Amino acid sequence: MSVLEDLLYSKDHEWAKLDGNIVTVGITDHAQKQLGDIVFVELPEPDDEVTKGEPFGSVESTKAVSDCFAPATGRVTEVNELLADNPETINSDPYGAGWLMKFEISDRSELDDLLSAEEYEKLLQE
Amino acid sequence: MRYIPHTEQDVREMLDVIGVGSVAELFRSIPESFRLNRPLNLPNALSEAELFAELRRLSEKNRVCGFTSFVGAGIYDHYAPAMVDHILRRSEFYTAYTPYQPEVSQGTLQALFEYQTLISQLMEMDVTNASMYDGATGCTEAVLMARRMQRKRSRVLMARNVHPEFRRVTRTYMTNFLNELDDVGFDATGRLDRADLAKKLNDETACVVVGHPNYFGVLEDLDELAKIVHEAGALLVVTFSEPVAYGILPGPGRAGADIVTGEGQSFLGAMNFGGPSLGIFCTREANVRQMPGRVCGVTTDADGRRGFVLTLSTREQHIRREKATSNICTNQGLCALSATVFLALMGRNGLRRLAELNLAKAEYLKNELKKVKGVELAFSGPTFNEFVVKTSHKPAADIRCDLYGKNLLAGVDLREDYPELGSHLLLCVTESHSRRQIDELVAAFAS
Repeated sequence: MSVLEDLLYSKDHEWAKLDGNIVTVGITDHAQKQLGDIVFVELPEPDDEVTKGEPFGSVESTKAVSDCFAPATGRVTEVNELLADNPETINSDPYGAGWLMKFEISDRSELDDLLSAEEYEKLLQE
Repeated sequence: MRYIPHTEQDVREMLDVIGVGSVAELFRSIPESFRLNRPLNLPNALSEAELFAELRRLSEKNRVCGFTSFVGAGIYDHYAPAMVDHILRRSEFYTAYTPYQPEVSQGTLQALFEYQTLISQLMEMDVTNASMYDGATGCTEAVLMARRMQRKRSRVLMARNVHPEFRRVTRTYMTNFLNELDDVGFDATGRLDRADLAKKLNDETACVVVGHPNYFGVLEDLDELAKIVHEAGALLVVTFSEPVAYGILPGPGRAGADIVTGEGQSFLGAMNFGGPSLGIFCTREANVRQMPGRVCGVTTDADGRRGFVLTLSTREQHIRREKATSNICTNQGLCALSATVFLALMGRNGLRRLAELNLAKAEYLKNELKKVKGVELAFSGPTFNEFVVKTSHKPAADIRCDLYGKNLLAGVDLREDYPELGSHLLLCVTESHSRRQIDELVAAFAS
């Protein structure tokens, strides 16, 4: 179960990476393992608004559907088009090529209550 | 898998395995104050002979229908070969439950998969579900699906010449947002009024719903409609209540319909006083995740053998709960099977021949009626096995009443659903009508 050092994590097993004003969001290795083979991803469209704590899309495996929650409020700039035909990328590379979407954050302090890699590891152990 | 009730021994064995003393114990979480603690107030059970006598007594209340009926309007008098019943009444099919356990339901699942395949071919659409309750709820679900697919558009344009029952049921489901539903009128051809459509079609329109054949039996120009609707960014929903028409018509998929849905009763070979019915529902592959209902798929098992399963379950409410595409968690299994056997027996050529017979006989009645003074065709558009006549020498309602006295059911009076069609009758002819019967109807109109 890999947990990358330079990312922020949510209690819902999503990761976020801040780069300037843009936040990239995905689901963690733990999440993809729990879900099993991912067959479909529902994503927003560029320019859609996302709200902290609200679902922005979902990840679907053969046995379950999991809502994905926005770690902060902002405007979607890009979504991962690769996932439309290759949703299994999330299973094979959840932190890299399996990213879900990028959004422009309005208030960076909203990221303050996310977990560090260490805190997330502790959460997984519970 | 056929239904086989548990024996007392089965029950005791199961109770032992889970460590419970009796079936009553399983309900111990229900508070005493809510338990009935007495037998239900029902009459005693009848013996088989007594039951038979009671059913015979009830059946004698029926008035045996000695009428020659020219009524269609959503339920059609077609003949299904005896083989259909023969296969249907096998207990493995007749008493089978929903095939949740594929390992014991391969027969049911394969039949449903074949049903889906046959309908997809007939309608020229990519995917078909395992069926809805009926055409009316199918139409409703199509509208809801179109609204879900069109995230920024929610307005629905519904042709007035779509089956009135389909429209009523859709309105019921849209009760809390009726202001998003608009009717589109029909013109002298009996088809969708293009001018009215152009007026109402805009960038808020999620979908346009038409009938083909529509309630008046008239065929729309689907190619042109699809072009207009798609250009406006809306989806085209094509409904029908007489699928035998597709024995000679190209499937709506060919014109570009996004969702095709309607009533499959014609394939059941029995009118059954109006039910049960068969909701046919098809869409394009790209939309499959928004499609409601059960879907059967083919796959391979752990040993590489072909097998059938219910699939794409994540659309459904037992997984997606309130975000499911629908709350239907069943299908018209037996009716779908019945339709499948019928279609397999008829084959593409047989269905075509059946459709040709229907068309020919309806055209014969149409032409003979045109010769009767005071009777004219209401609409100029092409029709299949149904058409509307307008009577001027005597109100249609009175004519219908007179003919009823002669044991002829002269179609449906359209006044109730279409007040502006005050002296109009919707007549239907199928392969079940003989030339003599058709001539009898014409003569009755002429007198």
